[in-house]
Amino acid sequence: MRLRATLLLVMTAGAAVRAQQPVTFDRLLHADREPQNWLTYSGGLFSLRHTLLTQITPANVRNLELQWVFQTRGPAEPVEKSEATPLVVDGVMYTVLSPNHVVALDAVTGRMFWMFSPRLSPLARVCCGRVNRGLAILGENLYMGTIDGHLIAIDAKAGKPVWDVAVSKPELGYSLTVAPIIVKDKVIIGPAGGEYGIRGFIAAFDAKTGREAWRFNTVPGPGEKGHDSWPAGSDAWEHGGGSIWVTGSYDPDLNLLYFGTGNPGPDWNADPRPGANLYSDSVVALNPDTGELKWHYQFTPHDEFDYDSTQVPVLTDMEWQGRQRKVMLWANRNGFWYVLDRATGEFLRGAPFVRVNWAEGIDEKGVPKRVLNATPEGTLVYPNNQGATNWYSPSFSPRTGMFYIPSWMDTYSTYTKGDVEYKAGNQFVGRFPTMTVPALRTGPGAVNTRTPQEGWGAIQAFDARTGELKWQFKMADVTDSGVLSTASDVVFAGGREGYFFALNGRTGELLWKGNVGGQVSAGPMSYAVNGRQYVAINAGSALFVYALRQ
Amino acid sequence: MTRVIALVVLAAAVAAAQEHSYTQADIENGARLYQSSCAGCHGPDGEMVPGIELKRGQFRRATGDVDLIQIIQSGIAGTTMPPSSFTETQAGTIVAYLRSAAPASGDPSNPFARGGPVTIARGNPSRGQALYDGKGDCARCHRVNGSGPRMAPDLTEIGTIRPARELQQKLVDPNANIRPGNRYVEAVTRRGDRIAGRLLNQDTFTVQLLDGSERLVSLSRADLRDFTYLKTSPMPSYRDKLTQVELDDLVAYLVSLKGLRP
Repeated sequence: MRLRATLLLVMTAGAAVRAQQPVTFDRLLHADREPQNWLTYSGGLFSLRHTLLTQITPANVRNLELQWVFQTRGPAEPVEKSEATPLVVDGVMYTVLSPNHVVALDAVTGRMFWMFSPRLSPLARVCCGRVNRGLAILGENLYMGTIDGHLIAIDAKAGKPVWDVAVSKPELGYSLTVAPIIVKDKVIIGPAGGEYGIRGFIAAFDAKTGREAWRFNTVPGPGEKGHDSWPAGSDAWEHGGGSIWVTGSYDPDLNLLYFGTGNPGPDWNADPRPGANLYSDSVVALNPDTGELKWHYQFTPHDEFDYDSTQVPVLTDMEWQGRQRKVMLWANRNGFWYVLDRATGEFLRGAPFVRVNWAEGIDEKGVPKRVLNATPEGTLVYPNNQGATNWYSPSFSPRTGMFYIPSWMDTYSTYTKGDVEYKAGNQFVGRFPTMTVPALRTGPGAVNTRTPQEGWGAIQAFDARTGELKWQFKMADVTDSGVLSTASDVVFAGGREGYFFALNGRTGELLWKGNVGGQVSAGPMSYAVNGRQYVAINAGSALFVYALRQ
Repeated sequence: MTRVIALVVLAAAVAAAQEHSYTQADIENGARLYQSSCAGCHGPDGEMVPGIELKRGQFRRATGDVDLIQIIQSGIAGTTMPPSSFTETQAGTIVAYLRSAAPASGDPSNPFARGGPVTIARGNPSRGQALYDGKGDCARCHRVNGSGPRMAPDLTEIGTIRPARELQQKLVDPNANIRPGNRYVEAVTRRGDRIAGRLLNQDTFTVQLLDGSERLVSLSRADLRDFTYLKTSPMPSYRDKLTQVELDDLVAYLVSLKGLRP
């Protein structure tokens, strides 16, 4: 007891020691009160990916310099993309090395406090990389989904597991790659695996015990609402996809939880699944206490082009046609960006933000006016199979009113309908489409000798209220980077070319760029320690942290 | 150590294959490799080993592209499936081919599904080599096995990566289907200097090329007044320069070029 008191005295007397209080749900709800911390995947439950820190400005951002680098290739792991967004809590950074090594770092120096590496099942199979996009925190526990379908609570101080539950079967292609979201006392997550014929779901777990509280099936079974969007007398729904790839959002006033869902299975041959295939390629609004569906909106009914709605729901309030409305902004893989009423799901607007030829717009009810389907001969479709955007986080700045979208411009794929048969644990997709843009590779990436007609990239800024395109920052290659906006009107993003850069949030002017030597396939975030603002980005297999030169 | 290297190689392959984005070039290269190295046992349609239908995605062990690449590279111990010397990229292209070759629903016209796109060159490769060095004057621009200039595409392994009919077509119509890796560009600097060459790489801020003097040049776009892709190939057409028999012979020689490690 005396020893403990002495230690306590020594620790609190240290100048570098910061208070580390448990992260209550109230802190998550009011993350804007502590902009020095980054407490959730998108920086807040409204998922704006917007920091209120203002030390870095358009005038001084050219003085950014690298502070530290942390290699994110896990021990004894193959080279892999690094898609995680770190959390920062009171000077401590928590992040994940692919696939599931959790680390706690000094956010000022990058020095490691601890690493936790769960033992993973060799049966794990993942469609799109042995990756993890991040953690959630509540109290003194971190929460992580694993590629073998487990959800693990980890003591944030000790780096040891608190509980570990099996959520889904890895041998059937279920994997957890998304950062969980915390709502009240629950940890909420869902599986990837739409390319393996999974039946998707969103599930909530008691944060203290790991006990499952509810489960919402993103592909409704017999007796569940929406099941009639699948063929009668068929088991197509059992392998209907509807994966969860990225973290959702939460509105405490409406008490609604929002998640985007992935493609229906099989991806590229819709013959086995006539119908709209709910709730694939949709946003679902759930009661986070019960999992009850309040409303849904399906962006791409009966998808054949892999247009997952794997996007973060961006929530804001704004004036819409003369009255204040609670809206949701959504730039979709299918090439349209949307404004929805998030209280009701009402479609307010949908407009293309890239070249689109599969639909001639969207009707007044929000249904795309589809004009193209996959054919045995091959159908050329804009945007391409990777989409107009994908899982990369957009950003919304309440100051500029602009919605910033990482965009794939003028890309196309040829879809040729091929035979497909479900076999448990095997890929269940159909015939792979072709495209001009190569797969995202690790390391330095592929060379680019394409012409602009074969695809290019952009960060685009749209006025969220009017829909007007305000500016484009054009890149020679496409981008898998998320976007961060700041309350000082700086926009940070990166791309496949290995640059991390800062733009003027109002004009799109390039203000600064740093060479990170590897492809950016993660979202930037910002935090502050001892009054100094930092910006962090994963690129290649390393985490780079910048601050203004002192 | 070997195991570590294998792991690294596999990892790179995982990354290459993990997204649904095979290019047409990947698929065509994979088709070549499949027909030359795999079809002997698996059959041109991938169904000759019992229990396996490669083009329908039916495998005994593999559950995804990662497994397929590993098996192509490492083989399966205790079975007749041997290891190969394919790089991760090459193995990835074979997987790309298999994934693209699923029979099209209700349409048997898919050339891949009907046994592969490879046609057998009809000509005489020895006579073709003589044409390459002589009447065709190909060696004036192209390079084979380390000999020849570098501006035009290196043909050392052209027989592995291009089918005979595509080579035939290129000889008579060089502007057809110019590959992204064989593009020529011209840059004009703000001072008025012109720099032409083969495009090697580019990004938002810079361009890398091999110029006419075989120098590796990196340019800043900010220093350029103009940058254009040349729409026509520097290669002449042999439509009226060689007879059909000579074209067949030349193609037969090109098809025989299988690289330094055939």
